[in-house]
Order: sequence, then structure tokens, then C-alpha cells
Amino acid sequence: MSNQDWANANPERLYVISGGRDRKSATAGFDLVTLVVARARPEPTMQPEHAAILRICGSPLSVAEISAYLRLPNSLVTVLLADLLAERRIEVRAPVPPAALPDLSLLEAVIHGLQRL
Amino acid sequence: MDFNGSEPRGPREAELLPATVATAVKVVVVGGFGVGKTTLVGAVSEIRPLTTEETMTEAGVGIDDLAGVERKNSTTVAMDFGRITISDELVLYVFGTPGQERFWFLWNGLFEGALGAVVLVDTRRLEVSFDVLGRLEDRGVPFVVALNAFPESPRYPVEELRAALDLPHHVPIVHCDARSRESSRDVLMALMRYLYDLAAQPAAAAQPVG
Ligand SMILES: Nc1nc2c(ncn2[C@@H]2O[C@H](COP(=O)(O)OP(=O)(O)OP(=O)(O)O)[C@@H](O)[C@H]2O)c(=O)[nH]1
Ligand SMILES: [Mg+2]
Repeated sequence: MSNQDWANANPERLYVISGGRDRKSATAGFDLVTLVVARARPEPTMQPEHAAILRICGSPLSVAEISAYLRLPNSLVTVLLADLLAERRIEVRAPVPPAALPDLSLLEAVIHGLQRL
Repeated sequence: MDFNGSEPRGPREAELLPATVATAVKVVVVGGFGVGKTTLVGAVSEIRPLTTEETMTEAGVGIDDLAGVERKNSTTVAMDFGRITISDELVLYVFGTPGQERFWFLWNGLFEGALGAVVLVDTRRLEVSFDVLGRLEDRGVPFVVALNAFPESPRYPVEELRAALDLPHHVPIVHCDARSRESSRDVLMALMRYLYDLAAQPAAAAQPVG
């Protein structure tokens, strides 16, 4: 299976992909359900993971989905996304900010959506 | 670094979200080993369920690493998740995560911003839920309890279970069959209605429970 290469996320490889940057600090700002949309095309000179993200994010995808498709840990994906964001190659749509209590209209929308399921 | 020409596949055509989706929300399904988390996520999801892995960071595996234990299979934990498009603007993600204490390192990113949680309980093994319930209460995460109906599971009256699990009177307890889309959907509905009630009258959750 060709996807195995991506799945082989041993610590050394993860270190190389992230350029040795601290993955813990980078998750700041990205939630598992932050939505990402590509705003640029992948280029051959890019790091392959950056290009892969741009390629699969033609429609909005959550950070969790990107992590699943790339078979890379979430914390590493956020490092890659931070790079792309700094270069303005992606647009991010942050989730509803964590509030003590969610908005009633939001919950109503979810209830209606589930009813149609 | 290279990927030998292999490129990860993205979502299938039918799984693409509308470009207009602006907001995502999430809920978490948590429970003990083999209680039906993956089944429930798969039952409600509109996409084939996906798995995201997280590596346990230094604190969690340092000792193994130092001892030279093979790292390959000792450092990652998988979380399943699915997706439900609610409207052109809103999408709901449902994450399944193991409840055992050794996986709690996953919880920070997971529960932050989550609307709430479903605690899946197998009545044959109530005790595995105690820690999870306590932890959610400590973190202030609102949750409902779903009793998964396995054929051999003893059926207790709900109020007996409430007492056994030491749950406040306002926490909903529902029955479910995680294999059924409708039943699993109803569990999520129970959570949303509960969250709605909490948001509509916050005092409900604060009542003393004796
Ligand atoms: N009868 C019955 N069987 C179920 C139900 N939910 C799950 N199962 C079965 O129980 C087994 C375990 O379900 P999973 O969904 O894999 O459980 P899990 O919580 O994801 O398990 P782990 O990830 O291994 O902890 C599977 O064989 C399911 O088919 C249910 O509601 N009723
Ligand atoms: Mg599972």
C-alpha cells in the first residue's frame, strides 16, 4: 500500500518534517476542528507535506481530517499549517470560541440538523 | 525526506464540505475499552470514519524510550471521528476517545471548545466509567450518559444506575444501540437538548443534588 509511507510516522521522521520545531507550542491557535481552505496551489518546490495539504484542502477540511488523510499526528499538522498560514497560502475558519455556555441558536441549528439525519 | 511518489488521498468527491461552511463544532464520545465508541461514531457519520493519531509526548513515553523499548508501537493513540453537516454554514464533528486514565493526555485539545460529551457505559462494567465521569465533572464538561445495550448486559432501572454512578439528577441517562444510526443520532440529540436546557436556564445545573 502506497499510503504506508505516510503512515510510517516514527519519531525521527516527525522531527524532520517539523524541522525540529517544538510541536507542543505550535498547536496554539489550531483546534482539531479549525477549518482550513487552500488559497494557493501546491508548488513543486514545496515540502511535500505542505503541498499535500494545499492539494486536499480545495474544500474546507478540519485539522483532524487533514491529520487523518496525511496520517500525521495532529500536533505536527498544526506546525505545517502555521507555516502555510504565515505564507497566506491557506485560510482558516476558527471554531466557535469556547464559551461557558454555547449560543442557543447554534444548539437549535444542531438539533434541527440532527433531526434530518 | 521523501514519500517515494506516494501521495495521501484526500476526501472523496461525495465527502466534500460546501465551500460556505464557516463554523465547526465538536462533541466527544468517551467510554471504556470496547464499549462501542467507534460503532457510534460510524453510525452517525456522513463520511467514512477517519482516524487521527497523536503521539504521546515525552512525559508519557520517556521511560520506555530511555530503556530502548521499541518506540514504534508504544507512542501513538488513535482517535476515531466522524462528521455531520448541519447546514451550509455549520458542521458537527464527533470524536471517539478511550476513557482510561492513561489516555487523558489527549483530552486537552479534545475537550477544549467541545460542546459536550457522551459517556458510553456498558452496564456489565460500570466501574470503568467512574474515573471518566469524575474527570468530566472536574473539567466542567457537560455530558449525557448513554447505556449501550449488549445482549448480556444486565438491565437496571435508570434511577438505580444513577445512584450507582453517583450522577446528579439533571444529567440525562439514555439507552442506545450504537449500531443503529437512529439510536446513535438520538443520543446526540439528547446531549444537544440537555445543552440547550443548560444554556437556557443555567441555574438547572447548579442545583444542589443532595
Ligand atoms: N449488541 C451491541 N453490540 C455493540 C453495540 N455497540 C458496539 N457493539 C459491538 O461491540 C464491539 C466493540 O465496539 P467498538 O465500537 O469497536 O467499541 P470501541 O469502544 O470503539 O472499542 P475500543 O476502541 O477498542 O475501545 C463491536 O463488535 C461492536 O459491533 C451495541 O450497541 N449493541
Ligand atoms: Mg474504537
